[in-house]
Amino acid sequence: MQELLKSVEAKPNENLPKLNPGDLVSVHLRIKEGDRERIQVTKGTVIRLRKGGNNANFTVRRTAANGVGVERTFLLSSPRIEKIEIERRSSVRRAQLYYLRDRTGKSARLKEKFKN
Amino acid sequence: MFKGLLGKKIGMTQIFDEDGVVVPITLIEAGPCYVTQVRNPEKDGYSAIQVGFSETKPKHLTGGQLGHLKRTDAPPLRYLREFRVKDTELKAGDKLTVEAFEIGDAVDVVGTSKGKGFAGAVKRHGFSGGPKTHGQSDRQRAVGSIGATSTPGRVFKGMRGPGRMGNERVSVQNLKVALVDTERNLIGIRGGVPGSKGGLVIIKEARKN
Repeated sequence: MQELLKSVEAKPNENLPKLNPGDLVSVHLRIKEGDRERIQVTKGTVIRLRKGGNNANFTVRRTAANGVGVERTFLLSSPRIEKIEIERRSSVRRAQLYYLRDRTGKSARLKEKFKN
Repeated sequence: MFKGLLGKKIGMTQIFDEDGVVVPITLIEAGPCYVTQVRNPEKDGYSAIQVGFSETKPKHLTGGQLGHLKRTDAPPLRYLREFRVKDTELKAGDKLTVEAFEIGDAVDVVGTSKGKGFAGAVKRHGFSGGPKTHGQSDRQRAVGSIGATSTPGRVFKGMRGPGRMGNERVSVQNLKVALVDTERNLIGIRGGVPGSKGGLVIIKEARKN
């Protein structure tokens, strides 16, 4: 019965790179407005990755106007994700970077990771 | 055309629709079902079709059941259920499959809910229970008052209280079909469906649509 369930679930989106917490990414999301389709880009830091097969997701945090933090969660198997660009990798010591929520400006920076 | 099937609940998962929106679905292995008998007003006093589902080994059925099924070409079937229909062109031996359903169809689903055993009034009827504090003891999930005193001097019939919960027939109306797989006889229904995994469910066209 589990195999039947697995077979109807969406396969993981293959053109996505392996993400890590702390990565600065641009997520290109296909948005449908009426019968028009456009690409929306969300640029921010990956603050968490959640496993869970079909429901695996990740959350991107960015700082919008006036220092307001905006977080958005994407499903890893979503067919609406066109691509993800990794612009910078950071060296972090935690799996969930929730501490970034309490920080702004200089203290919210992450140390860059130069080799993998 | 007649729309109705018996099926086995597989479980819940989520899929993406064509817009890329997540839809929660219950997966049901439905059919192939066979019409095993047609009831008509002249003979039976009402009109309905009897449908069988879930092929099994002949040794799992009684001689009477096998004899009943022998009148059609149907294989040995584990479950037989009736669907009331006004008048139908279906005849005994006809095969019913998920092809009758399309994505977006409204259906009613009937199942047998999970048994909860002897449950208290808080769980069974949604009573609030008693206060947690202010010197209370043994009152937290109690039933509370079940009536007045000398007048009427008895507890009214039908007063809600603890007792057996679940394991009863439950219908859910107007669920939408979100997936149809004719090759593997699978149907995905948006939302939850009563019953445990592996339980028998009845899918029929929505009454109120």
